[in-house]
Order: sequence, then structure tokens, then C-alpha cells
Amino acid sequence: MKYWSKEIETMTRPELEKLQLERLRWTLEQASHSPFYQEIFRRASIKPGEIRSLEDLAGLPFTSKADLRSAYPSNMLAVNPTRVVRMHSSSGTTGQATVIYHTARDLDGWTNLVTRGLVMAGCGPEDVFQNMMTYGLFTGGLGLHYGAERLGMMVIPAGGGNSHRQIQLLRDFNTTVIHITPSYALHLSDVIRDLGLGRDDFKLRLLIFGAEPYSKATRDKIERVYGVTAHNCYGLSEMNGPGVAFECRQSEGMHLWEDNYIVEIIDPLSGEPVPPGHDGEVVLTTLNREAMPLIRYRTRDLARIYEETECPCGRNFRRLSRVIGRTDDMLIVRGVNVFPSQVEHVLMALPEVGTNYQILLGREENLDRMTVRVEIRRQMFHGEMDELRALRRKIQHELKEQILITTEVELMEPGALPPSQGKAKRVIDKRQI
Amino acid sequence: MPHQISVFLENKPGKLERVTRLMAEGSINIRAITIADSGDFGILKILVDDPKEAYNILTRNGLVVAYREVVAIKINDTPGALLIIAQILQRHGINIDDAYGFVMESGIASVFVIQVKDPAGASALLKEEGIELLKDDDLYYL
Repeated sequence: MKYWSKEIETMTRPELEKLQLERLRWTLEQASHSPFYQEIFRRASIKPGEIRSLEDLAGLPFTSKADLRSAYPSNMLAVNPTRVVRMHSSSGTTGQATVIYHTARDLDGWTNLVTRGLVMAGCGPEDVFQNMMTYGLFTGGLGLHYGAERLGMMVIPAGGGNSHRQIQLLRDFNTTVIHITPSYALHLSDVIRDLGLGRDDFKLRLLIFGAEPYSKATRDKIERVYGVTAHNCYGLSEMNGPGVAFECRQSEGMHLWEDNYIVEIIDPLSGEPVPPGHDGEVVLTTLNREAMPLIRYRTRDLARIYEETECPCGRNFRRLSRVIGRTDDMLIVRGVNVFPSQVEHVLMALPEVGTNYQILLGREENLDRMTVRVEIRRQMFHGEMDELRALRRKIQHELKEQILITTEVELMEPGALPPSQGKAKRVIDKRQI
Repeated sequence: MPHQISVFLENKPGKLERVTRLMAEGSINIRAITIADSGDFGILKILVDDPKEAYNILTRNGLVVAYREVVAIKINDTPGALLIIAQILQRHGINIDDAYGFVMESGIASVFVIQVKDPAGASALLKEEGIELLKDDDLYYL
């Protein structure tokens, strides 16, 4: 199997752009049903029907993460709530979450994009697909799950972690494709080696990477260790989740499904477009989503679009580079998005500690390790070890509640950390990606 | 009752040097010292000849310090001496939060310092049992 939706995937650029314009007009019309965009359009005197070309998109305002938060929980909903069949949510930077709603049609569209991507990477119905991403509010697990099922692969919904069980499943069911974060792939290879197993003990042939940035060196290393090829997948919960762009077998950039999204690359400071081949912030507009269309959404991911549109694989969809960074301070720890401000939020609420903090990121045995350093307050110290240990546990617990990952906590003397004013270096990231 | 000084210290080289230097500069004599460690940080506990002054010096220099009463028990420096104390504590159900000791005069007298929830209560009980407790002055002007 080479294509999942051949007519669409092999469209010429003019055909694709014609489809994009039709869908953009539909999207704007659809968006105007939501209280949020109704207000935006009214204030900017925008009439969805007056959009004549794709260039007109540049005249529309951006939508930001802050807009998503302010519209929480339902101000961006553009359909009758009874038509919504699922929601996904991501934690906010200061505890305020954001939510994306889907109708059955939206989920169907998302699933199709994932299936297309899997086929493009070389998967087929004969494959056994072990999904090692977390299921739940996070989109990485469910997104790939349904796409893989639609393709007809046998799906093992293993979820994240528990390496010994993962290895058991890989062997017992002859898994051929796994969906995994690069850092976990490295860790898992260590466990496999420690068990005295090698690549011949498995039937693996493809890895699908998602949820975190990594370097070419890491990819090469993982491909060498597993003896298989790895394919990148790009997505974000605001744009459904994984499946926005996928790498074809050329392994040179990810084809972005432009029939479902319009991509722009902008200068994050000026908001002006940057030419193809240059790095900038990825801005996406949904073209096939009815419950919650998003217009010119600023992803805060930094990447570039390849100059060439043609690809030997036969698709004319433009290609997105690997994400090279973020315009904000979002960290990705074990595949989970973490904002330093979330940590700050937790610490601020604890009277026993000061407001200065430091986040240290490192890797141990190929697993991300996050340490939070915080200063204790003089008044809380009564000379007792138990009291300090209890405080450390309490901070760990509160952090886990907020950012969902387990952290180490180090208690420091007051004044030991750089002050919060000015350009304090809050995050020390020693991970080699 | 004698007073113990506890200092919160990050577990890294130079921290003990700082405390002991401040004590030396203030002409304060350290009678006993103990360090409990919890990985990233530790608690240093000291008995000194002038606890008030030591507390002030350390606090003035930005250290995190606590000041509390402890019970200092005088025992013979002979085998079995500590057992007697332990039996008394057991009989009265007194739980020790922390303890350390030092020899006052080799072969003659030692001091067993205990940190308990109710130092005044424990002191009274020990006195009733005929145990000799050291007061501030006894300890500081050894």
C-alpha cells in the first residue's frame, strides 16, 4: 500500500490550493458560530464570505494559546454541544487548562490523517502496532490508536512506561511497529540489552516517534540500536494531536496535510511571514474541523518549511522540518509538556518555601530526570529532619498533581538561588537531545 | 537547661567550614557536634559554650538556625552506664528524637545529650530517678 487517500495525496498544487480556499471559506463560516470568533470577526469587521483568495488569510488576526485559555471552557465551540463526542485537554501554564472539542466527523478526519501518515511511513494491515504513548487527555495515545486500527493493524494499547511488560508484549505478539518517544526508545533499548536480548529477538521494523524534540544524532543512534527505521510525526493537541505532519520514506521532512491545515511560518516577534527554508514560528489554520475551528493558531513551535514542494514519494504536500525549539519556555519532560510557570505556581502556594526556584533537567539511564531546587523559609526551620523531609514530600506531591510527572526536590538555604528579578536562569537543561 | 543550635546546610563542600569559621571568629567553643544528612541537605547540631551568641552570629550571617532546649545527662564513663539511662527512658516511655554524646573526662565522666518532645518533663523524671543533669553553666564551663 502506497497511499491511503490517493486522490488527495497526489493532488497537484493548484488542485490542493483550490481545495484549501474552499475549505478556508467553510472554516471561517463555521468559526463564526462560536462566540469567540463571532466577536473577533465583528471587532475586525471581517465577513467570512468576503475571503477571495488564500492570501486574504494573512489579513485575519492570530489566535493564541492565551485566547484558548480565555475561551475555556466553551467559548470557541462552534457546534451544538450535543454533537460533541470527545474532548482533549492540556494543562495550562498557570493551572488554567485548555480544551479542544471534537464531533464524530472531526474524529473521523483526524483518524484519517493518522492513517495516511502510517501508510506513508510504510505500515500496512499486516503490522502489529504497539502504542507506547500515554492514553487519556493527552492526544498522543488515542490519536495513533484509532489511526492504526483504521489501517487494520493489530493495536496493542500498551500505554507508557513499564519496560518489562512492554518487552514481553513486543515478543509475545511479534510487534512490528511501535509508537514511542525518542527518549523512551533509548531507555527501552538499555533494558532490552540488560535482559540479554538483541534485535533478533524481535520482529520490529518501524518506529514512529512523537511528542518530543530530538536531534539527528539521537535518531541515528536509535535506528542503529534497533536496526529499524524511525519516522517522525508532528502534532499538537490544539490541531487534534499527532498526525498534522508525517515523514514519508524519504526521511527528509514531514509532509504536512495541507488539505486539513494551512501552514504559515512567521517571525515570532514581528508576526511577518518568513520565506520557505527559513526558521520561524509555525502558524496553523484548521480546514476540516467543525466543533472547534482555529484560525492562524500560533503554535510557538519553531521550524521551517522546505522550499521544494515535489517529493519522490509522489506527494506535493509541503514538508515541515523537525521542531528546533519553542518561542516560549515550554519544556518537554518524558514527553509531557511542562511550563516553568506551573512549577512557580505550586511553589508560590507553599508558605514554607521562597519564590526563587531552579529547574534542572538531566538524563539518567536515558530517562529524563527533573529536579526542582527551592529555598526554605527561615521561619519554617525548627531543627528537625522529619519536618524537612515531610516538606520535600509535600512539594513533590503538589508538583506531581500540577505537572503530572515525578520530580526530585532539593531544599536550599535562603539566598542560595539566583534572585527572581532580571534574567534569572530558571532552567538548566543538561539533556543531550 | 542547655540549648542546642541546629543549622540547616546544603550538602556541599565548604558548608561546615563556614559554620566553624564563624564560631572560631566569635571565640565560641564547640562542645559537641553531630550532622544528620538527607541527601541534598543536612542538619548540623552543636552544643557551644555561648549558645545565644552563637545563634546571633549564625543568624546575622544569613544561616538558617534553630535554637532549642535539650537534656544533657551526666553519666559515668564506664561500661553499662548508658544502659541505666536507656532503661529509665524506656520505663517512662520517653522517645528520643535525636541523641549524641561526648566524653567529659576520660574514664570518669561522659555526657549523653538527648533531644525529646518535652525536655522539662524528661528532666524532672530523670532527676527523680537520681540522675545528674547538666545545666547551662556545667556544660559551658567544662
